[in-house]
Amino acid sequence: MSAPTSVRGQIAKWALNIYAAAALLYIFVPIIWIVAFSFNEPAGRFNIAWQRFTLDNWRDPFSNQSLTAAFVQSLRIAVISTSVATVLGSMIAIALSRYSFKGSGPLNFLLVLPITTPEIVLGSSLAAMFLDWNINRGFATVVIAHIMFQVSFVALTVRARVRGFDWTLEQAAQDLGANPLRTFWRVTFPLILPGILAAALLSFALSIDDFIITLFNAGSLSTFPIYIDGSFKVRFPPQINVLATTILLASVSVMLVGLLWGQRSRRRQS
Amino acid sequence: MAEAAAPLGSANPPERRPELIGIFALVGAGLLLAAIGARWISGPLAIAALVVIAVGIVAVVTVALSGSPDTRRKLAPYGLLKPGMLWLALFYLAPLVTLLRLSLSTLPSRFAVEAEFNFNFANFTRAFTDFGPQFTRAFLYAGTATILTILIGYPLAYVIAFRGGKYRTLLLGIVVIPFFTSFLIRAIAWRSLLADTGQIVQLIELLRLSSLFESLGIMNNGRILNTPAAVIGGLTYNFLPFMVLPIYVSLEKVDPRLVDAAKDLYSTSISAFTKVVLPLSFPGVFAGTLLTFIPAAGDFVNALYLGSPSTTMIGNSIQDQFLVQNDLPLASAMSFVLMAIITVFVLIYSKFFGTEDLT
Repeated sequence: MSAPTSVRGQIAKWALNIYAAAALLYIFVPIIWIVAFSFNEPAGRFNIAWQRFTLDNWRDPFSNQSLTAAFVQSLRIAVISTSVATVLGSMIAIALSRYSFKGSGPLNFLLVLPITTPEIVLGSSLAAMFLDWNINRGFATVVIAHIMFQVSFVALTVRARVRGFDWTLEQAAQDLGANPLRTFWRVTFPLILPGILAAALLSFALSIDDFIITLFNAGSLSTFPIYIDGSFKVRFPPQINVLATTILLASVSVMLVGLLWGQRSRRRQS
Repeated sequence: MAEAAAPLGSANPPERRPELIGIFALVGAGLLLAAIGARWISGPLAIAALVVIAVGIVAVVTVALSGSPDTRRKLAPYGLLKPGMLWLALFYLAPLVTLLRLSLSTLPSRFAVEAEFNFNFANFTRAFTDFGPQFTRAFLYAGTATILTILIGYPLAYVIAFRGGKYRTLLLGIVVIPFFTSFLIRAIAWRSLLADTGQIVQLIELLRLSSLFESLGIMNNGRILNTPAAVIGGLTYNFLPFMVLPIYVSLEKVDPRLVDAAKDLYSTSISAFTKVVLPLSFPGVFAGTLLTFIPAAGDFVNALYLGSPSTTMIGNSIQDQFLVQNDLPLASAMSFVLMAIITVFVLIYSKFFGTEDLT
């Protein structure tokens, strides 16, 4: 934008900047609370009123066994479901962007549907079907549910990332004598890998954080969000804040690594 | 149902119409699987259908392997689509059919588990008569929250896109990162901050702004927690990145030189914005609205953590009927009505503001 020269223009510009800064601050208010209260020494079972500063919660973040078990359960679910969903979703994305074929319109539509269906409908309908089948809900049903909403997500994210991909590179490799399989693993795959990794990371985060769909399909299984929800009514240990802060730090570092990696590869290209 | 997959094994000349074989195998297998999942076909018929699906897959693979490279290339996309699409057929489509069947069923007694299908529309009548206020609140709160996310998120996306310079990616990361912590913990954080003895109420009282907030309808008798404002605030916070990201993506594509051109033609800054930038960002606002409004209308966590019994949304009622009262037919009817209303809303909305590149 060209710089506004009038005083009024300057004021408007700064007002907008301050408004945006205030919006950023608003985004961070609960995060500040979460991090700060991980250093609180709670008076009772509820870590919601500030008492005094302590490092005890961080010294032993896994002292609460049922919380740790639920957290590990969430990680296991996320690892399995993300692996399966990333493969299935990437295959769909490659099919949709690499080939033009009959019926791609309706298939596209089917792919968008799970994302535009409210979570409560996804969760309750799947649970209704499992009840209808007389299947006990637990670990397997939660993994199935997570894969279901992750597949669409991965497919759409990867497709968006490979939209500008130059598929004639494959032609070039094959002209030089590479067979289709070798072409895929040596040429196509390395180039679309960053998009696939980004989609996998995001859908991993979706899985770890999912509460509504999981609640309907978990039966008596306890995951990290289900533990938080169940315990909140009777107790709220500071270890919850510690684990939440840890997740936050992990995502920040993953994001920074991705950012630096992106910058480096861009510099190498130019 | 079974006819759809029949041409697979038939004497269709395979070389001439590979795409047709691919489509039939994919759609046929998907429909059969959905029918098995929804228990339209069961027992020996279901086993027969599974055999048909398996034979179909083997047949297509055989055709592909024995055919020319051209045939292989034409069949490849269907093969790539198959695992994921079949997963969605079995675990997305079939459950929805089950939901519809259950919503038209009756529980024989108060404590029965198995519902009987008998075209019982009473569940739908009850969904409307008994839960009218919850439906109204769900769409009212979700609508208000969506408007608020636009008001907060649009300027933020605008500043990042046009004034972020080389820090744009970093700023966008800062917007997104808080949402990587568990959203339940974020709701609990707001609950603690907004509580009667919490930091925000204390700050408002310290600044003697209580009466102002009361008249704005944000506070009620000195409280924020358990009011509609708290629930709407929670929804707004929760879905803000889903508004900021799509708007940013569409603003990023706007060429700044277009604005310069408008100004060269004696346009004011404001009209350059309303006539050039704003229309170009509509696709982002459209996508953001869908990504915010749809999940917000079905959400029950914010109403549960930040609201009171008089601010419950339809999500709370569905969850209660399904998991606590065990009235599956009623819960299914409510879910179905929720989805139907949202679908109608999306269709009307996309008719007026729709764009091609939604996905």
